[in-house]
Amino acid sequence: MPDPTPTTAAPTPEATIATQPAAPEQPRYFLRFTLGQRCLHAVLFTTFLVLAATGLMMRFSGSIWAIRFAKLVDGFGTILFFHKFCALVLTLAFIIHVREIVARGIFKRDKSIFWGPTSMVANWKDVKDLFGHMRWFLGLGPKPRFERYAYWEKFDYWAVFWGMVVIGFSGYAMWFAPFFARFLPGWALNAALVIHSEEGLLAILFIFSIHFVNTHLRPDSFPMDMVIFTGRESEEEFKNRRPDEYQRMIAEGKSATRITDAPPLWLLNFSRVVGFTAIVIGLALLVLTLSAYIAG
Amino acid sequence: MKTVSSFGLTLFASVLLLAAPGRPLRADTDCLSCHGDPTLQDTNGKSIGVSADKFHASIHGSLKCSDCHKDIHDYPHPDHPAAVQCETCHADEASAIAGSIHAKASTSVPGATGWKAHPCTGCHGNAHEIVTKTDPNSTVYPLNIPKTCGGCHGDPAMAKKFHLPNVYALYIDSIHGFALGKEGLLVAANCTSCHGSHKILSHTDPQSSTYRTNIPRTCGSCHVGINEQYQQGVHGKAVTAGNASAPVCTDCHTAHGIVEPTSADFRMQSTPICGSCHRDKFSTYRDTFHSQLGLLGGYTETARCWDCHRAHEVLPASDPNSPVNKANLIATCGRCHAGANASFVQYQPHANARNRKLNPALYYIRLFMNLLLTSVLTFFLLHTALWLIRSRFQQAKSKSPGGKNA
Repeated sequence: MPDPTPTTAAPTPEATIATQPAAPEQPRYFLRFTLGQRCLHAVLFTTFLVLAATGLMMRFSGSIWAIRFAKLVDGFGTILFFHKFCALVLTLAFIIHVREIVARGIFKRDKSIFWGPTSMVANWKDVKDLFGHMRWFLGLGPKPRFERYAYWEKFDYWAVFWGMVVIGFSGYAMWFAPFFARFLPGWALNAALVIHSEEGLLAILFIFSIHFVNTHLRPDSFPMDMVIFTGRESEEEFKNRRPDEYQRMIAEGKSATRITDAPPLWLLNFSRVVGFTAIVIGLALLVLTLSAYIAG
Repeated sequence: MKTVSSFGLTLFASVLLLAAPGRPLRADTDCLSCHGDPTLQDTNGKSIGVSADKFHASIHGSLKCSDCHKDIHDYPHPDHPAAVQCETCHADEASAIAGSIHAKASTSVPGATGWKAHPCTGCHGNAHEIVTKTDPNSTVYPLNIPKTCGGCHGDPAMAKKFHLPNVYALYIDSIHGFALGKEGLLVAANCTSCHGSHKILSHTDPQSSTYRTNIPRTCGSCHVGINEQYQQGVHGKAVTAGNASAPVCTDCHTAHGIVEPTSADFRMQSTPICGSCHRDKFSTYRDTFHSQLGLLGGYTETARCWDCHRAHEVLPASDPNSPVNKANLIATCGRCHAGANASFVQYQPHANARNRKLNPALYYIRLFMNLLLTSVLTFFLLHTALWLIRSRFQQAKSKSPGGKNA
């Protein structure tokens, strides 16, 4: 997984910090996500919302809301068009992401992608953090000191990664069924729909309930964690949320490379509108999914 | 309007006829001298006027009045002459109508007459103006028949009273009604094409043209080619063999509200019709993409039952002529899916992921996906719920500025 912390380039020279007077009342901000990563997330959630909405209508095509909406947009053709269009955009984003991993990990031999504190790959600390966190839930121990990516964030990442491969592959198998039938047995086309819809439902239920609460709606972040939109977080937030990463940054003397300006107001407001819209749409889709499930 | 009192009428006619007593009455001069007034009414207010021109132009124009009004030979005549007996000449039609549902309804259903005023004029209209049925002015000219029958059968009150479906409205909007009413096609089915005219029988009567097992023959009298295909198929054979539950034309197409079978409306409403008998096949079809697309509309070319199985010549998959026979699948699927190959047609359009014996691979894939879904969601729901509670607890405990970061 690409690390937003550029290890070679330093966008903010040391001199910038040195010239800044020590002002305790003025909080310092650190960069957590690069613009590229924020864009990737934006493309991911935009296309995912459309894919989820259109996919749910196909999965629960007997439900009143699906039929109503289908009538509104002149039937199924439109729904499938947007589903396929967003699938293509998301596939492109996924390919760009994988290309970057390959470029950095294999061609530039940047091993930090595959292991170490900034990697997305799970390690022993994640197992310890998971159990430690649950002990803390029950009041049986201290809160774990998280590194750059906590175990639930890594799970989110790999869930999407696996979902992209599974949903994408089964989706394209159905889209280009006669072509895929050259390599796959006929029953695989039956399996494709089962896998596509079940994995899609898992993604929808997980993102719109677990991810929303874990990342945005829990009391500590309520109503939204803005860092994925602005890329910046205050020093205090950083220190409290991921003390191990903060400590490592200080110890390695790299704070200067990550320090940044406060998120501008327009960006904060824009992010609030976009993020809030996404969360509302997601929750509405969650309600529709659950109601369709209950209705059978 | 003029109402002549019985006395006045008699006096007036007597004076007129004094000149030639004992001479037989002649329509032109004698009867029409009174009845030629179109506004003439009897004491009950019933019109007794006759239009001379229309009568002479009618199919009965060459007859004398007394040929039908047999009890009137002279003047003065009785106030209420006997009802005209059409069967004197039209014996076949009279015996047919005597056995019909219309005659039965006049005796068996309380309050029903089966016809409005007279068994014949109810449909044929004014007795003095009846023209041949090939005349466009005839009430029983093919293009006029729906309106004639609709006079009673298009009346919602009448339909409700006798528990009849209000068939007129359905027919007028149907493909037959459109062809007849809007396109003016004489060959389009009108009421009598299926029900007959004089000897109309209840659809529960085995002699009826609309009795269940007679329907293919009735429809087939026009739709010869379709009926031939139907008779070759499993449904036609089952009906011939006496299986009364096998579908006939009207089960899929309905009787009166028949719509264009290639229309979006029909394609949208028709799979449940097959599904009402083939329940298991309908349920497995509903699990497929074909059905999911189909239900949402706007994409009506999606495979419906008969796109693969044929509509009329439905054959079992074991029959080499069946489109779903293994040997024909590439051609059948290839009609929509360009490039369908031997592997592609192994796709099962009725696969049942819940049946371990029939579809083991699909069954275990679905089981795995379901287990994955439930285990991931259960673990994280529990995890996140505990986290929520703990965070809330922590927040309440420390109202410190760092509370937001607990």
